[in-house]
Amino acid sequence: MIVSFIHRAVMQGIPLLFGSTGEILTEKSGNLNLGIPGIMYVGGISGVIGSFLYENSLADRSNPNVFLLIAIPLLCCLFGSLVMGLIYSFLTTTLRANQNVTGLALTTFGIGFGNFFGGSLITLVETDVPSITLSLTSHYFAKTLPFAHKLGWFGEIFLSYSFLAYFAILSAIVVSIVLKRTRVGLNLRAVGESPATADAAGINVSKNKYLATCIGSMIAGLGGLYYVMDYASGVWSNDAFGDRGWLAIALVIFTVWQPNIGILGSILFGGLYIVHNYMNNIIPMNMSTQELIKMAPYVVTVIVLIVISMRKKRETQPPASLGLAYFREDR
Amino acid sequence: MEQGAEQVNNTPAIELRHITKRFGSIVANKNVSLTVNNHEILSILGENGSGKTTLMNMISGIYHPDEGEILIDGKPATINSPKDAYRYKIGMIHQHFKLVDVFSAAENIVLGITEGKYDLKAATKVIRETCDKYGFEIDLSKKIYQMSVSEKQTVEIVKTLYRGADILILDEPTAVLTPQEIRRLFAVMRRMRDDGKAIIIITHKLNEVLEISDRVSVLRKGEYIGTIDTAEANESILTEMMVGQKISLNIERTEPKDVQKRLVLTNVSVNSIDGRAILKNVNFTAYSGEILGIAGISGSGQKELLESIAGLQQLKSGSIIYYNPKTGKEEDLRDKTPLQIKNLGVRLSFVPEDRLGMGLVGSMSIIDNMMLRSYREGKSVFVRRKEPHDLADRIIEDLQVVTPDAQTAVRKLSGGNVQKVLVGREIAASPTVLMVAYPVRGLDINSSYLIYNLLTQQKESGVAVVFVGEDLDVLTELCDRILVISGGRITGIVDGRNTTKEEIGLLMTKAHHAADTQRKEAHDEENS
Repeated sequence: MIVSFIHRAVMQGIPLLFGSTGEILTEKSGNLNLGIPGIMYVGGISGVIGSFLYENSLADRSNPNVFLLIAIPLLCCLFGSLVMGLIYSFLTTTLRANQNVTGLALTTFGIGFGNFFGGSLITLVETDVPSITLSLTSHYFAKTLPFAHKLGWFGEIFLSYSFLAYFAILSAIVVSIVLKRTRVGLNLRAVGESPATADAAGINVSKNKYLATCIGSMIAGLGGLYYVMDYASGVWSNDAFGDRGWLAIALVIFTVWQPNIGILGSILFGGLYIVHNYMNNIIPMNMSTQELIKMAPYVVTVIVLIVISMRKKRETQPPASLGLAYFREDR
Repeated sequence: MEQGAEQVNNTPAIELRHITKRFGSIVANKNVSLTVNNHEILSILGENGSGKTTLMNMISGIYHPDEGEILIDGKPATINSPKDAYRYKIGMIHQHFKLVDVFSAAENIVLGITEGKYDLKAATKVIRETCDKYGFEIDLSKKIYQMSVSEKQTVEIVKTLYRGADILILDEPTAVLTPQEIRRLFAVMRRMRDDGKAIIIITHKLNEVLEISDRVSVLRKGEYIGTIDTAEANESILTEMMVGQKISLNIERTEPKDVQKRLVLTNVSVNSIDGRAILKNVNFTAYSGEILGIAGISGSGQKELLESIAGLQQLKSGSIIYYNPKTGKEEDLRDKTPLQIKNLGVRLSFVPEDRLGMGLVGSMSIIDNMMLRSYREGKSVFVRRKEPHDLADRIIEDLQVVTPDAQTAVRKLSGGNVQKVLVGREIAASPTVLMVAYPVRGLDINSSYLIYNLLTQQKESGVAVVFVGEDLDVLTELCDRILVISGGRITGIVDGRNTTKEEIGLLMTKAHHAADTQRKEAHDEENS
């Protein structure tokens, strides 16, 4: 049971890992993108729309083009989240709008966008259940290594995931290395810490903010796609993604802005998110107790916030100019 | 060959022609022309707000000139961004350092460089060579937030040199340094000049101009007044050029009269929120009828010291006893809020360093800001606006505050005028203890002397004045006694009449070395 618990925890954690990796990259440029939950919705629904249209256009469902089946939702998802990232960057970096308000507006918009188009698609297929199922696409998105189940617990814990899950871990590692060890990362961190300094050093502040925010949004959007296509087995139903986006932002704080910590952190958060199901098997609980246990990830985040605020170590603080717009001729 | 070298020397390293820059309706620079040669240090002298920094920001690509042109090595140059400035080998050391706090010195120095592979170790070696060449002492792996101001400045200078700057601009580099550090900086500047660099130093301190520069260009209210050789200049000529009229720069210091104990601090210690000791066992007495100066490198605990007295800091230990001249009673101000202190009958006035943050509300009018101190006095539900209105008018007239009217939001006034409003309000409360922190920061010479004279007046009327200052010349001329604070500890209390800047400078860094090694140990521990 522990093995299956860890397996489910990882599955739960992957969307969070995508979200937090994207948000860390964004925040390192000084943009506090609270639109991440919305962007993950948009990433999910964009992929769903793409794959829905493609699946329905197939004449012969038994012999689909596997490459297109994967590429179309993937590109749709990346495009959808890119547009969201661009809107955010344009508003906050070019027009210097308030980042919190912009982010919250994008979240509200993104969730509405997802539910609207999700609802539209559901109406189109005219089913009895309020959801759409993309079994064909999901079949390929959820494909795991064929020999994973032959390796017992080792296989189940480490190898039994789809390609997007490994991509999430890979992207967290890559972002972590880029931030720490490369010139690109040094420049980006400088932009987030002190844009005036970066500017005086000849770094293009706006370009860095746009790039980090857009790439961050695309990474986060993949979290939404992973959730629908793999975790939920290709079933889109409105509001099913829930508050995972906020949890991803909480994870950013939990990891003190380090994507490599995010890999383990996301699994921990994923575990905390579903632990009530498993605890119920050991000690039967009523609904209200289960709801209380669902708070666990948030409680952990609050505790982490308290601890890092008390220690005041400079390295564990958020980027110094996080949430602030930069204007060179400001006086 | 000989002739070629000659020719290079004749072309100015940088030439400004008829530069004008406006911010909205305000003209920051008007028709400014000047030149700087290689092998030369040029001072740009002017009061606060005369447009020195704006002018230099145009050379370093932060601002655009609206009119005029900039020539570098005789050729017209368009400097659209700081990056362009680096291409023209121009490096600027800003007054507010442009450094990333959580980066190490080396990381800050290589920041923004695009050529070659990113290799911090190799870069560190090259930086070390530059340091040795000019005689900089610096630990390149140290994080910026662990550095002293002087160390940060060194990082800034090394940064520009590492990028191959041949034209260096230093914006008020001495403002935050001790006399000893200033001497070291000047030595480095001379070495750079002898190496062929063109150096511009922005300053408003006359003695520094005379000491370091070869030529002086003077700006007044954004306009270019003229350039003279330093050899032909003296203080009175420069002052006249800078201010536009002859003024005497003497502070009258009267003998303290009727000296009585007013405020006694015993073993006062304060910790910051994260548990660092900021004040350590501070003991001193402030007497009525005298000005007690407080000198120290910025961030040595001056702010916390004044805030402890004003009831804004929680004390870890110690006591602050106030002797009430009216009742003769002793009051302990420890663990009391500002309101409780006021209700005890303690008339304490405080002009904090952060004027618009702690002293005044920027978006409120002058009258409303006056009311902040007095609105509790009325008995009716509604506030009375007449008295504050009169007070505001009186301050505007007495202190020559430049404002359209008393209804203007304080935020819209210039820094000097904001300061006058604050000082005026605090003095109008007829205090028995007046604490001022950097009261002349950002003020022009005339206003500064107005404030000094006000402080002396207050002292003569029997107020205990506590004056936190940064200009040691002023401190030694104005204060009766000077308390020197270093790393939260009092390292000496000297007589203002027979002390020297050098003596104070030494005291300012006395405990610093001890604190430095302590910090280093803590750092090593963390790393291991």
